[in-house]
Amino acid sequence: MTTVQHSGPGARRHRAPAPVAGDVFRATVLTKVMLGFTAILSIFPIYWMIIIATRSNADVHSIPPPLLPGGNLGENIKAVFEAENAHFLTGIVNSVIVTASVTLAVVLISTLAGFAFASLQFRGRNVLLLSVVLTMMVPLQQMGVVPLYQMMVTLGWTNTLQAVILPFLVNGFGVFLMTQYTRQAVPRELVEAARVDGASTARIWWNVVVPAVRPGMAVLSIQTFMLIWNEFLWPLIILRADNPTVQVAIRALNEKYSTNYVLVFAGTALSIIPLLLVFVFFGRQIIGGLMDGAVKS
Amino acid sequence: MSLDVDAGRARLRPVPPGPHRHRQSSTRHLLSWLDMRATPYLFVSPYFLLFALFGLFPLIFTLWVSLHDWQLAGEREFVGLENYTQLLADTKFWNSVLNTVGIFVLATVPQLLIALLLANALNKRLRGRLVLRLSVLIPLVTSVVAVGVIFTQLYARDYGLVNWLLGAFGVEPIHWQNQKWSSWIAIATMVDWRWTGYNAIIYLAGMQTISKDIYEAASIDGATPRRQFWTITVPLLKPTIIFTVIVSTIGGFTLFAEPVIFGGGGMTGGTVGQFQTVAMFIVKEAFRDFDYGYAAAAAWILFLLILVAALVNYAITRGLGRSR
Repeated sequence: MTTVQHSGPGARRHRAPAPVAGDVFRATVLTKVMLGFTAILSIFPIYWMIIIATRSNADVHSIPPPLLPGGNLGENIKAVFEAENAHFLTGIVNSVIVTASVTLAVVLISTLAGFAFASLQFRGRNVLLLSVVLTMMVPLQQMGVVPLYQMMVTLGWTNTLQAVILPFLVNGFGVFLMTQYTRQAVPRELVEAARVDGASTARIWWNVVVPAVRPGMAVLSIQTFMLIWNEFLWPLIILRADNPTVQVAIRALNEKYSTNYVLVFAGTALSIIPLLLVFVFFGRQIIGGLMDGAVKS
Repeated sequence: MSLDVDAGRARLRPVPPGPHRHRQSSTRHLLSWLDMRATPYLFVSPYFLLFALFGLFPLIFTLWVSLHDWQLAGEREFVGLENYTQLLADTKFWNSVLNTVGIFVLATVPQLLIALLLANALNKRLRGRLVLRLSVLIPLVTSVVAVGVIFTQLYARDYGLVNWLLGAFGVEPIHWQNQKWSSWIAIATMVDWRWTGYNAIIYLAGMQTISKDIYEAASIDGATPRRQFWTITVPLLKPTIIFTVIVSTIGGFTLFAEPVIFGGGGMTGGTVGQFQTVAMFIVKEAFRDFDYGYAAAAAWILFLLILVAALVNYAITRGLGRSR
């Protein structure tokens, strides 16, 4: 993947270093130092959080602050799950349920709509697609929070998981992404050929489109997963303290135990494990997805 | 139109003789015609139904609520624009706007500049480039609440790493939460830490669409790398820069989790609201003071502010290259 970018003039230079003084693609020492420094700055806060999570409270208040792991991790994790009023375990279970169902639904809805917008002809298609793009510009979360809350009260759904899940299924970005992806991955001729063979639209979607757009679905899944696992404002409002998502549980920990750094940090570290796993396994795809999306926008 | 072409092709297919077969195939025609006409709408309908229910309806309902004195206990009286006029005279609301704009400017300007330089560096020939690209993206996959917790401890008055580092240079410990300037800086660095790498990767994507020949030609003409960066890379990247500016504007104006955690979980943003953002103001009015009408009006003003800010930032970004 990285070597692709060396094609063209860059590749030639790579073999025989150019004598040209203004070679913009040569990394200077200053560049390398800057990049190394940035990488350390990016990783340090997470590293530090993990270190604190393995320590005791006495260590935290030592000067200089500790920079190497201690032996209290197991004890601290136990304390997180036993922490009164934080309901950390419930928070994790709730977050898993919410994140999994939103991700599945968003990917399904976006793949269906993306196929229709990219490959099918129907009246009003352009207007509808434009409206999807426009809604991406509206901060629905903050704008609609009052009526959404009233709606959930009317339905008797406050403190339920469906109240958290349903508003997040509206995802214009997903539809837009899958439209772009389908356009590029599924040639018109392929759809027409399947049609001539007598396949119904639903069958074409399932047998032709879904296999072809799977990488796009993967990117959308990862992004939706990260977004929903991180969601804070709406769960904070609609859920009670005894039935939180993991982010709301962290806030409860932080509020109640703010003097107990190691406990709060152990909880925070636990809450980002799924995100770090996604990153370790799909880091390349995250970069690829971001870069694909950006070039076209 | 491919639709007509398809129908034509289907009709050309040889139909086996016999009245029974014929009726069957015309039913099939009807079905396939229906399939072509109706299925597209069926496929886009889940999104639009959900959007109508959980996007459009709340937006319009917010407008309706904002025109009322809408309290928790059922008292709902139409008051017209009273909530809006009250808001425009509310110093607490304007304070939250000032904080939001202040933190946004403080965070976004250095963030996008650093991201540009970072992307340029990541675009060079370099060993371990993928690892470096991945490491600048790590902050993005950290949860916002986690970022808030970590940085709040880094900025703690007594045992915080930042004050300890500053102390090494002889600076007195700063109580970061206490002043406007210090709390703004602390929150802005949280935002920057999380988003700079993301923007760098977006810029990098844009940079890779720029033809290397242009740089080649500029090099031959004797342009230094720095000059090439400002006269080739930045102007050609303008559409991408505009994209990141708009995204940052929406993100910055709806800032919520970081200042909430920085303030220990409350919605007031410090003792005198020194870092209360508009999103916090809305949540406080609606869900702490139960004044839904007032909060709804604030939500609509926030939306207008975002529109204005996006337009202003768009104009500034577009103008940037022109003055050169």
